[in-house]
Amino acid sequence: MAAATTLHAAADVAARFEGRAATREPAWVKWTIIAVSLTFFVLFLLMPLIAVFVEALRKGWDTYLAALVEPDALSAIKLTLIAAVIAVPLNLTFGVSAAWAITKFNFRGKHVLITLIDLPFSVSPVVAGLIYVLVFGAQGWFGPWLQEHDLKIIFAVPGIVLATVFVTFPFIARELIPLMQAQGKEEEEAAVVLGANGWQTFWHVTLPNIKWGLLYGVILTNARAMGEFGAVSVVSGHIRGLTNTMPLHVEILYNEYQFAAAFAVASLLALLALVTLGVKTWIEHQASKVKDNEE
Amino acid sequence: MSRRSFQVLPGFNLTLGYTLFYLSIIVLIPLSAVFIKTASLGLAQFWDVVTTPRVLASYRLSFGASLLAAAINAVFGLALAWALVRYSFPGKKLVDALIDLPFALPTAVAGIALTALYAPNGWLGSALEPLGIKVAFTPLGVLVALVFIGLPFVVRTVQPILEDLDTELEEAAASLGARRWQTFRYVTLPILLPALLTGFALAFARAVGEYGSVIFIAGNIPMVSEITPLMIITKLEQYDYAGATAIAVVMLLFSFVLLLAINGLQAWTEKATGRNR
Repeated sequence: MAAATTLHAAADVAARFEGRAATREPAWVKWTIIAVSLTFFVLFLLMPLIAVFVEALRKGWDTYLAALVEPDALSAIKLTLIAAVIAVPLNLTFGVSAAWAITKFNFRGKHVLITLIDLPFSVSPVVAGLIYVLVFGAQGWFGPWLQEHDLKIIFAVPGIVLATVFVTFPFIARELIPLMQAQGKEEEEAAVVLGANGWQTFWHVTLPNIKWGLLYGVILTNARAMGEFGAVSVVSGHIRGLTNTMPLHVEILYNEYQFAAAFAVASLLALLALVTLGVKTWIEHQASKVKDNEE
Repeated sequence: MSRRSFQVLPGFNLTLGYTLFYLSIIVLIPLSAVFIKTASLGLAQFWDVVTTPRVLASYRLSFGASLLAAAINAVFGLALAWALVRYSFPGKKLVDALIDLPFALPTAVAGIALTALYAPNGWLGSALEPLGIKVAFTPLGVLVALVFIGLPFVVRTVQPILEDLDTELEEAAASLGARRWQTFRYVTLPILLPALLTGFALAFARAVGEYGSVIFIAGNIPMVSEITPLMIITKLEQYDYAGATAIAVVMLLFSFVLLLAINGLQAWTEKATGRNR
C-alpha cells in the first residue's frame, strides 16, 4: 500500500537509454516531456513550498520570530513534540516486532495481517479521530468509567497521542517488511546455530542489515506524527495553550486572519518536511553506495 | 503447528503476540466501535443519514474530484517518472527528492499554502482571475489540493518499474520496425500499466479521505464545496455522533474495497514485472 513511502536506491539508467538510437526519443519529444513535467512540478509542488516561506516573512523577521515565541505557539510546539516522542517509539517497537514475526516465520493468515497493518493508512484521518471519540468520548464505551475516575482522554493529551499513533501506525512496519523479506533468514539462523541468543542475533546480525530502512521509517513516522491534522483535530477540542498541536495552531491563526503568524508556524513544519526529505535522500545515497560495493 | 519444532529462530510467539495485541488495541477494536455504534441506528435511519441531499452532494464532490485528481496524476505522474528515469536534465536530483513533499509536508501547511497561491490576490489566483477562472473556495480548489497530495503515489509506483526495464525489449521492437511511439504504446505501456493503475488507486484512496489540505481551499459551501470528511466533522460539532458514525461507515467500507483492489493490483504488478516488493 505504502509504495510512495518506501526507500528505494535509484539507479541512474538515463544514460543507458539515451545512449542508444533504438531507445531514444527525438529531441523535441524529450524536451516536451521534460518541460511538461517540470511545469507541473513547479506549479503543484515547488510554488506551494516557496509560498509558505514568502508568506511567513511577508511582515519581516520581527513578526516571524514573535509568532514563534508567543506562549500559545510554544505550548503547541511542546505538545507536538510530546505526541511524537510517545508515538514514534511505540510504533518503532511494533514495526520491528511485526516485521520479525512476518518475515522470519511462516504462519497462516500472514497476508491478512499485512493488509490489516496497512489499514490505518487507507482510513480517512477524520475517521481515525472519530473511532477514539466513540471509544473514550463522554458518550463512548469507556466514557462513564473515565468520568467516574476523573480521567480525560478525548479533548486532552492522551487522545492526541492515540490519534497520532493510529495515523503513523504502518510506516515503520511497511518499511521493514520488504527489506527483511529480501534478506531472508539464513544469516540469523547461522548466528543462532553458532550460539547467539535472540537479542544478540537481532542486535548484531539483523539490525546492521536494516539500519537505513529503520532510520527512514523513524524519520517518516516522526514527520507524519508532528504534522497530523485531521485525526488530531477531531480529538483535540482545540483548547488554546492546552490541547493545540502545531498544525492546529496554524489553523486557528489562519482562521483569525493572522496570516503571517500562521505561515510562520507553518514554516517550521515545512522545514521539518524538508529535513525529512533531505535525510531520505542522504539515506538512499548511503544505501546505493552499499549496494555498489556489494556488486 | 508441528512445523514450529523446526524453527531455529526464537521470538515467534513473543513478536506475533505483541503484533496482534498492539494491532487490536490501536486499530481493530476502535475501528469496530464504528460498526457497533452504527448497528444501534437501524437500517432505515442509517440510510436516511447517509443519503441526505447535503451528504450526497459531498460524495459527488469527494469521489468525483478524487477520481479526476488521480487521473491527472496518472498522466503527469507518468510523465514525471519517465523524465526522471529516462532523461538527464539540470536539477533532476532536486526534483526527484521533492516529489515526496506532499507526503512529508503536513496537510494543514499544504492547505494554507495552496489557498494563499490560488486566492484572488495570490500569485496564481490573480493570474487566473482575469480569465474568469476561480480556484480558491470552489470545487476546483478541492481538485487542486487533491492533485497535490496524490502526486507522489503515481510517481513512486511507476518509477521503480521504469528503472528495472531493460533496453533489450525496446531494441527488439525497434529492430522489428516499430516506431518509437508504437514501442511505447505496445511494449512499454503494457508493462507499466499495472503499476500505473496501482498508483492511480493509491492516489484515489488517499484523496477521498483527505481533510487537512482541502478544507482551507474548499470554502466549504454546503451543497457546493463540502467534502465527505467535513460532513463527519460537522455532525460531530453538532454532537450527532450516530450521524457522524454512519457517514464514517460509508467511507470505511469504501476504503476496504479500495484496499482489496490495490492489493490485487499490486499482485498483478508483481506478476507482470517479476518484481517482488
